[in-house]
Amino acid sequence: MSDSPAPVLHAQGLLKTHYGEGAPAHAVRGVDLCVRQGEFVAVTGPSGAGKSTLLHLLGGLQRPDGGSIRLDGVPTDSWSEARWAVERRKRIGIVFQFFNLVSNLSVADNVELPALLAGVPPRQARAGREELLAELGLAGKERSMPGELSGGEQQRVALARALVNHPPLLLADEPAGSLDSKGTREVMRLLSRFHRRGQTIVLVTHDARLASAADRVISFFDGRIADDAELDGRPTRGTGISGVLELKD
Amino acid sequence: MRLPLLALLARGPAHGYELKQDLEQLLGSAYPQPNVGQIYVTLGRLEKQGLIEGEDVQQSNRPNKKVYHLTESGREALRAWFEEPEDEPRVRDEFFMKLALAPQTGLADQIALINKQRRQYLNTMRNLSKLAAAENRDNRVAQLLIEGAMLHLQADLDWLERCQEELEELE
Repeated sequence: MSDSPAPVLHAQGLLKTHYGEGAPAHAVRGVDLCVRQGEFVAVTGPSGAGKSTLLHLLGGLQRPDGGSIRLDGVPTDSWSEARWAVERRKRIGIVFQFFNLVSNLSVADNVELPALLAGVPPRQARAGREELLAELGLAGKERSMPGELSGGEQQRVALARALVNHPPLLLADEPAGSLDSKGTREVMRLLSRFHRRGQTIVLVTHDARLASAADRVISFFDGRIADDAELDGRPTRGTGISGVLELKD
Repeated sequence: MRLPLLALLARGPAHGYELKQDLEQLLGSAYPQPNVGQIYVTLGRLEKQGLIEGEDVQQSNRPNKKVYHLTESGREALRAWFEEPEDEPRVRDEFFMKLALAPQTGLADQIALINKQRRQYLNTMRNLSKLAAAENRDNRVAQLLIEGAMLHLQADLDWLERCQEELEELE
């Protein structure tokens, strides 16, 4: 077993407390999480359960009060903000609920920017951008500004931006949270497609439909993991799917 | 299946196998395939009740087939069907009774019950997603049927979440 690859992500004993007005909020209370190469893990739970905080800790957007995170076996404890920013360009792609695109840059520039910042030669950055935008059905939108696109299209641009440097890990924080049900299905389809090609994904969502695209679902309650279930996609016991669909006689 | 068969016959006469094909086409792979035997049995009952009438049609080199058409009282039954709203879907009462009674028995843990039930729903949700992806996108009726099932399941999952929130607070 010693020569099996290190997990893409290995968090141990993560703790995070928010201090604001009123009582301290224990957002993450001792979380252990191991994500292996090629896994698609969804974290679900009610709002306020701390699942977004957990994702922010995993992406280095917030620092834990306790515990440790290893990425591909590399400890991150001593990483500075600057180091995290660099690593996020290479190791981790992130998509957010509200897309967070740079509003005064074109679609093409939004996607190429992280590649250029990571030192990719411009020609190669452009080729990567063209390939991803075509893949995501956005060919012809290169010159558009984010504000001219629908929410679903903006989220696809954000996905292209997150994946342009081929990060081993993709983190998605409520990626369909501001989309209609058509946009939700689109995001679901695309995440599934990248996952089938081997992309490791950690998705935070309150939407069970979206979560069911993952092959492992973690239920998060009150800062802790309440359940960690593999979805094997096998027919469920009982009437399962046909029972749900049955028209009454 | 009585009323759906009547509804299909409202367009014009058809025989049993045609009706099976019409149902399949309408509902796509989403709906468990109707068994042709079941359709013939139902048609026989509908005929006995005077809601449809069958007529034997000669076929060369084959047994006769029976072509059915809607009677006036069949049309009336259909009107009455469309007139009335349907009952609300049932709450999963069996699971609720387990949850409510578990603490008194000392035989099951409420949170474990919720987790088990959630796994079942999530697996079914996953199967529904796969079905939706496999179904022809242009078949709106089939897609809406699957989406309806997913939204119901989503509501059940939300409710499980509420139960878990409430019960964990008590711990």
